[in-house]
Amino acid sequence: MNLEKVIFGFFIVFAATLNFGFFIGEIDNPSHHDIYELFAAIVVNLIATVLKFGDRTQIGAIHLATSLVADLQLLAAAMVWGYAVHVAGTGLTAGVMSSIVSLSGGALFANVISVVILIAETIMQRR
Amino acid sequence: MTSSTPTSTIFLVLRRLRTPLIVLILIFALSVLGLTLVPGPPDANGVIQRLSFFHSVYFFSYTATTIGFGEIPYAFSEQQRLWVTLCIYLSVIGWAYTLGTVFAMLQDKNFLNAVAVQRFARQVRSLREHFFLVCGYGETGRLICKALDELGYRAVVIEKDETKVGDLELQSYSADMPALCADAGEPDTLLFAGLNSRYCRGVIALTNDDSTNLAVAIAARLLAPALPALCRAEHAETVNNMASFGTRHIINPFEQFGEYMALALHSPAAYHLLLWLTGLPGTTVTRHRDPPVGKWVLCGYGSFGKVMTEALENASLPVTIIDRSPPVDPAHHWIKGDGTGADALAAAGIREAVGIVAATGNDVNNLSIVVTAHQMNPGLFTVLRQNQVANRALFDAFESDFTMVPSEIVAHECLAILTTPLLAPFLAAVRKADDAWAEALLQDVTGRFGWDVPAVWSVAINISQAPSVYRLLMRHEARLKLGDLLRAPVTGRPELACRALLLLREGDPPRLLPDADQEILLGDQLLFVGDETARKELGLTLFNAHTLNYVLTGLDSPGGLVWEWLAARRRAKDAAHG
Repeated sequence: MNLEKVIFGFFIVFAATLNFGFFIGEIDNPSHHDIYELFAAIVVNLIATVLKFGDRTQIGAIHLATSLVADLQLLAAAMVWGYAVHVAGTGLTAGVMSSIVSLSGGALFANVISVVILIAETIMQRR
Repeated sequence: MTSSTPTSTIFLVLRRLRTPLIVLILIFALSVLGLTLVPGPPDANGVIQRLSFFHSVYFFSYTATTIGFGEIPYAFSEQQRLWVTLCIYLSVIGWAYTLGTVFAMLQDKNFLNAVAVQRFARQVRSLREHFFLVCGYGETGRLICKALDELGYRAVVIEKDETKVGDLELQSYSADMPALCADAGEPDTLLFAGLNSRYCRGVIALTNDDSTNLAVAIAARLLAPALPALCRAEHAETVNNMASFGTRHIINPFEQFGEYMALALHSPAAYHLLLWLTGLPGTTVTRHRDPPVGKWVLCGYGSFGKVMTEALENASLPVTIIDRSPPVDPAHHWIKGDGTGADALAAAGIREAVGIVAATGNDVNNLSIVVTAHQMNPGLFTVLRQNQVANRALFDAFESDFTMVPSEIVAHECLAILTTPLLAPFLAAVRKADDAWAEALLQDVTGRFGWDVPAVWSVAINISQAPSVYRLLMRHEARLKLGDLLRAPVTGRPELACRALLLLREGDPPRLLPDADQEILLGDQLLFVGDETARKELGLTLFNAHTLNYVLTGLDSPGGLVWEWLAARRRAKDAAHG
């Protein structure tokens, strides 16, 4: 067992689970989607991205790409949130909430791909 | 990715920065999270306020980057201030760590090397003109690069010594010469340097180290078999080794000088002709005193001494050898002693001798030998071996008759082979020809072109090198004579200041000095000597059909379809009238 592999797997799976936790619930109901969970998802996703830096293999490249997509989607969701509450001043309406959640759903998809690659890589290694 | 691609620097940077980046993210996240949780001051209704994520990120962004706008959107509570104090110190630690890592990386040898290799490989890849790959930028390499630059070729340089690479960057070449500080003996390095590039015209291995030159020769033979490789070799084993796997050109400066010496003894005119034709561009050749016939003294029987003894004895001149070691070859007249002292020289009979060769491996000793010998016999012909180029001033001051500078000999030979492939067969003919013929030719060409090193170039009559002549000959309209071609495309069509030295034709023996009536056929290869203007004007004639037409007929043909048609009509009308 390799500590580096453990940390790597931990962050990838953790990013996906946090993302899922935020995503689950009625799409337009703000009380189903906690802002701290979104924050945690963003931070863990960023860390997972940095952990994937510097791997020059093909699988490493796809890993990095999926993480970058997830980061982008989650940051967009956070920006929509901030814009609705502070800049536009409309507050968390049903429309705003559903666009935030659907953005995070896109990120969830990217995170799932990441996890699938992780599993595939593990199975391929056979040791 | 294969191992032949240079280490990608961006990945190296990212890998090194992984930890600092994660530390920064964690510090940022922890601080922002804390800011949203810490209770703020109560608002007008007495309700405790808390910063939203938006405000927390905003506040922390300007605090962590040391911009510090103050407490926004409202004056903080004491709890918030406590937390912010902590956050400020955390962020400073995070930045210090990140910047420290970045600077350490920028000074890291491996990193700098990776950056240099990448830049070099990119420079070589983006070259879109023919270049030569020069391994070793010592004295010879510098001479070759300078000459290649003057001839309009690019060079890519690999040199192991960092200071020499720095020196290359300080030289003011007209074209940029990519240089890499690396071991030329490694095939990967040669590949980065464009060994496989289709613009590479040849590999020149000139390092001081015979084994590196050998490695370059092998790599060139296996990785780019079609490419001419020129390799310097000073030891007989290296020469044999290189020859065994078919290295095209092996240059041994000692052997080469021995040949020059033999040629100078056998036919001084041929020797001067050879010097003049293979000189470094932009230099002037001075006519030497011819080496006299008589008794010779040689000091220092090393590899160079051996070659010189052979050259002298082949010309049936008696040689007396002075060496510190006891005689190794009983066939020679051998004095055991030190050539720098008058005793040994007197014992070798310096007063009756006509020439002396100072062939030891030590420059100071060589100079001391010839100066002493010169005092004892002022009429001596002196041949000096110069080992270090740094000692040039001393050797110039002595004014010996021949000075053997290995770097210059190798440079001459390389340039002759690389730039004009037809020169080698001509020089071979010159070496074999008798002295009267060479003398007549030397008088003729130096009378016309002077003693400055001339332009020597070869031309092949084919579609790529002479398209206009090729088209003319393909039409089978007229026979083309050499004399007609060698005229300047200006009013009066004066003869070009150049002379054909050699004509090679498939299936025929080589024709030396073809005359003006010689017919030119498709596929002929010609070697010319002359001045630079003649070379350019001949090039224009060979490429431009209008110029060719003018040179052959003296008529200026109108360009363009309409004008051609009008001119043809006018000619037809003139013919009908008269």
